[in-house]
Amino acid sequence: MPPPNIQLDDQGHLKHFLTLEGLSRELLIKILDKTEGFLGVARQAVKKVPLCRGKTVANLFFETSTRTRTTFELAAKRLSADVLTLNIAASSTSKGETLLDTLRNLEAMHVDMFVVRHAESGAAHFIAQHVAPGVSVINAGDGRHSHPTQGMLDMFTIRRHKGDFGRLTVAIVGDILHSRVARSQLAALRTLGAGEVRIIAPRTLLPAEPESLGARVYHDLREGVRDADVVIMLRLQRERMRGAMLPSEHEYFQLFGLTEERLATAKPDAIVMHPGPINRGVEMDSQVADGPRSVILEQVSNGIAVRMAVMALCIGTQNRLSQAKAHD
Amino acid sequence: MTDTEVYADAATLEAVIARMGGALMDKLTQRGIIDPIMVGIHTGGVWVAERLHRILMLDEPLGVLDISFYRDDFSRIGLHPQVRPSHLPVEVDDRHIILVDDVLQTGRTIRAALNCLFDYGRPASVLLAVLVRRGWRELPIAADVTGLDLKQELDRDGNLQVKLTGPEPLALVLGRRVQTP
Repeated sequence: MPPPNIQLDDQGHLKHFLTLEGLSRELLIKILDKTEGFLGVARQAVKKVPLCRGKTVANLFFETSTRTRTTFELAAKRLSADVLTLNIAASSTSKGETLLDTLRNLEAMHVDMFVVRHAESGAAHFIAQHVAPGVSVINAGDGRHSHPTQGMLDMFTIRRHKGDFGRLTVAIVGDILHSRVARSQLAALRTLGAGEVRIIAPRTLLPAEPESLGARVYHDLREGVRDADVVIMLRLQRERMRGAMLPSEHEYFQLFGLTEERLATAKPDAIVMHPGPINRGVEMDSQVADGPRSVILEQVSNGIAVRMAVMALCIGTQNRLSQAKAHD
Repeated sequence: MTDTEVYADAATLEAVIARMGGALMDKLTQRGIIDPIMVGIHTGGVWVAERLHRILMLDEPLGVLDISFYRDDFSRIGLHPQVRPSHLPVEVDDRHIILVDDVLQTGRTIRAALNCLFDYGRPASVLLAVLVRRGWRELPIAADVTGLDLKQELDRDGNLQVKLTGPEPLALVLGRRVQTP
């Protein structure tokens, strides 16, 4: 028997959200379906629903982030939770407090959920193993490992534009080696049964055995995006690169930067995605980024709804568990 | 639910809804309301609302509300398994709303629906139309227009569930919740 998935309760409901690996197709579809409901909240005059009223969410960002942090913050606020965002890099840990001590202190303040961003792979998983029962952990990106809410918001965006995954050709372009976003996207596309998945990158930005990711590997952008329905550009992660992985950003753009001309081989109705922040003139030019096929800003809006869905599901599970415990 | 029995069949219900349409028309005239917005509550309420919308020949498109995010049992049972998007096609500010649901029992669904509705704006008024009314109210909520009342001898049994199935054909079924061991 495989070990129980720490993310799920004994009935298979989502308790923590750490990685998309090991989650069933049914569960991923459930998250996407719930997200449809939360998308409408932004159109209300009062952009809030009372689901998580009285709950406290702590954003623990050990690594800098603007988009992910603010969308998590907004998602929690739109669920009516109270949110505190801790800039850990500038707080107690720099005074020598251990991670677990920081956690224990926040638990003593009766925090119900931790949203964790960390430069080390596995950090959110570690925290989930050590938090008090009743507290949920959501991974907002750990090292090169996983960024599950980004993966799901991308799937949600694709589904809204393209429908059934089985017929789709999806091309992921760029720094696969360092990208937790790509890992989560690949896991989700596998589980959701995408027709064909391709990765397009220079050899230096691919992991040792790229085929193990379940995708076809291309080193030529024009070839790779041919007949694609979805083209996902990844950010070049200079902060995670050691040594001379790239000759120069200029040269990278010459070979792997997306332009309208290079996009011409893709399907006419292909969509272009990017998790942000975009390096204009490195991963793509402005004509593509601001062009009619770009859904990049829509990804940001969808990100709030996906995060609301995931947070509400986890807190809902904890509510049910604590209620069951009270009746024991 | 197990041991379901049909309480009212499609023909009966269509006739009941037609009567409700007449009663609603009278209410609107009485109050001098023109051009109201009809809003059905997922799922059964929408089926009833679709029919009333046709009968009243309303100009504004039908709105639908999903109250999952406003239910008061989230803290006990978590997120409702069926969540559908709410959709109000027009602004509700200063408009007269006809809220439609299938069964009125505790009143908690209507409480949630009103909270949800008010997060879209401030309506001028809200009328409530329900297909079936029964007892067991837990909140001070009453319908303005009612299709039918559950027979008193049946209503005494609080474990008896009344459920609308549909959308084609509609049927009102009675059943008992399966006891969890």
